[in-house]
Amino acid sequence: MALMVVKFDLKKRVKLAQTVWFMYWFAVLAGILVLSLGLFFKIELRKRSELMDNNESHFLPNLLIAMGLIACATNAFGGKVCYDSLDPTKFAKWKPMLKTFLVLCVGFNALLVITALLCFVMRIPLQFTLAEGLKNGMKYYKDTDTPGRCYMKRTLDLMQIEFRCCGNDNYRDWFEIQWVSNRYLDFSAKEVKDRIGSNVDGQYLMDGVPFSCCNPSSPRPCIQYQMTNNSAHYSYDHYTEELNVWRRGCRDALLSYYGGIMNTIGALVLLVTMLEVSVTVGLQYVDTSLSTLANPEDMESESEGFLLEKTVKETYTDIMAKMKAMGKGAKVEEGGEGGVATVS
Amino acid sequence: MALLKMKFSQQRRVRLAQGLWLLSWLAVMCGAFIFSLGVYLKIELLRRDEVMDNTEIHVVPNLLMMVGLASIGANWVASRVCQDSLDASRFPRWNVLLLAWYAVAALLCCLLLAVVVLSYALQGRLEESLKVGLRNGIRFYKDTDIPGRCFQKETIDHLQMEFRCCGNNNFKDWFEIQWVSNRYLDFTSQEVKDRIRSNVDGRYLLDGVPFSCCNPASPRPCLQNHLTDSRAHYNYEYQSEELNLYSRGCRQALTDYYMGLMNSTGPGVLSVILIQLSVLLSMRYLQTAVEGAMALEAPEGESEGYILEKGVKETYADIKAKVLDLLKFAQVDPASEATGAGEGEKAAEASEKAATPPPAS
Repeated sequence: MALMVVKFDLKKRVKLAQTVWFMYWFAVLAGILVLSLGLFFKIELRKRSELMDNNESHFLPNLLIAMGLIACATNAFGGKVCYDSLDPTKFAKWKPMLKTFLVLCVGFNALLVITALLCFVMRIPLQFTLAEGLKNGMKYYKDTDTPGRCYMKRTLDLMQIEFRCCGNDNYRDWFEIQWVSNRYLDFSAKEVKDRIGSNVDGQYLMDGVPFSCCNPSSPRPCIQYQMTNNSAHYSYDHYTEELNVWRRGCRDALLSYYGGIMNTIGALVLLVTMLEVSVTVGLQYVDTSLSTLANPEDMESESEGFLLEKTVKETYTDIMAKMKAMGKGAKVEEGGEGGVATVS
Repeated sequence: MALLKMKFSQQRRVRLAQGLWLLSWLAVMCGAFIFSLGVYLKIELLRRDEVMDNTEIHVVPNLLMMVGLASIGANWVASRVCQDSLDASRFPRWNVLLLAWYAVAALLCCLLLAVVVLSYALQGRLEESLKVGLRNGIRFYKDTDIPGRCFQKETIDHLQMEFRCCGNNNFKDWFEIQWVSNRYLDFTSQEVKDRIRSNVDGRYLLDGVPFSCCNPASPRPCLQNHLTDSRAHYNYEYQSEELNLYSRGCRQALTDYYMGLMNSTGPGVLSVILIQLSVLLSMRYLQTAVEGAMALEAPEGESEGYILEKGVKETYADIKAKVLDLLKFAQVDPASEATGAGEGEKAAEASEKAATPPPAS
């Protein structure tokens, strides 16, 4: 008993072929969309690869680009087959490869589902990469004279301004590292000597943050230095002051930015998967409706289209049996050779 | 002698109508493009409305939007005319409209040209408007507690960071105004009292700038205060320090930005003018060719298309004569009334003269 049988006369077959051809062109556009999403994500990762220690994994955008290309190719081929399906002579040359093509399409759709799931899951490795990268980035903020790191200050400043964030978890991260280069410290001044002597590593630590942490929405001019000292500034209480510097940490800000991109891409890939599944089903119906003509010579005769030749259970047992037969066939040959060897 | 005569066979007329139909739809797209260009320019100008003193520069995007809409309408009409042009029963009703259509299309081309000219001519006015607007913005920077001005600080900070500029002409503009609000000044401290007494208006002036002037590309952490005092910072030379703050003034930065926007739209507008002109000329050819064909006994035969029925001079003389006729027609009635009144007066005079002599004699 075939699965989901539908009766077709000539008019219905023609309409089906035209609809599926149209849908295939949409699917080609969807493939281009997936490709461009992959490229966009790759470029966004590259833009901030400095902040991720050049360590970020490009697996997901590369996979998206590959899937986009494969989708374009298979959908273009499917569209061509549909276009030719109305002409029996042209269709005859495509007929033998259609079954394998449909199996490949099913496999491709499964891969698309996996890609969509990956988009939602890959957030977690990205989180760790970002945390590591930002910590190192802040350490190299002062090294504007070291080749290879001289742009870290500018990159961090621009990132903090753009994403409205300060430090890794919050602004206090800047209190724990030396972000003023030794070139600009007067080592003969008492204040500098005190600060350097106050910690084990001999670093110039201060309770101040760079200017890029400043929040423009604050009603008062930005307080960057001596932030924990209430008496250093008039009418200032650092426990209640909220608008002075950005309160969010840059790891959170970047993660939510990239997370948003990945969620959107995942949702779009799921939609594309649904489109792909529907065109595969459509092509299966086109193929079966043309193979079950009541009178093979007469193009106007009725035919039946179905999804699976037998029910799901029977198809499954068939596939299992085929695979076992293939396995046994390999064994029989070995056994035969062994027997020949023992005889002789 | 007609101007630029061309022969049109039936097939050529059909081709001309089809080509013109496509061209007029292309011109509709161009009209939509001009409209969206105007909308984009207007939005960009409105975004920085707070630092502009007047809205004279808005005439450029307003004109672009109007011309874009009018061009969409006119070219859609042109495509309808093309569709009807090959049907002899439907074409004559467009005849009256076509003269007005030519006037509208020519006017649109002139307006587009005026837009290109204006966008260069108004540069001076834009700079003036920005100068006054930025001066006010910088003056009201500290007034974050006064309703109506409380967002000036945020606006100016965002502006300086986005356009990488500082102050009106340069960063020294910040030295001349008080940009720290009195709410955050400790009036009991000696330093504050000194600074307030040091100038006539009693303002707290300092040689420092807000954080938004800081240049992220500088190798050293930003120096914002005591900028003119080389001894206040280690290894700092006021005269030779270049990267610490943005060196450009915001007026220059904004003017460059807007001029760049308008210049980059120049080629697009010029090509739209060309397309509109070609639609106009092709429409004229189509009209004269189809009219010529309808006048023939065999409508499928050859006809002539031209731009003007007679030469330029003769057409001009014709138009002048027509206009004078219209004017004369308006004058003839008053003239006939005047002659009638004059005759009445003469009769009265004659009767007076006839009346006066008898007493003398």
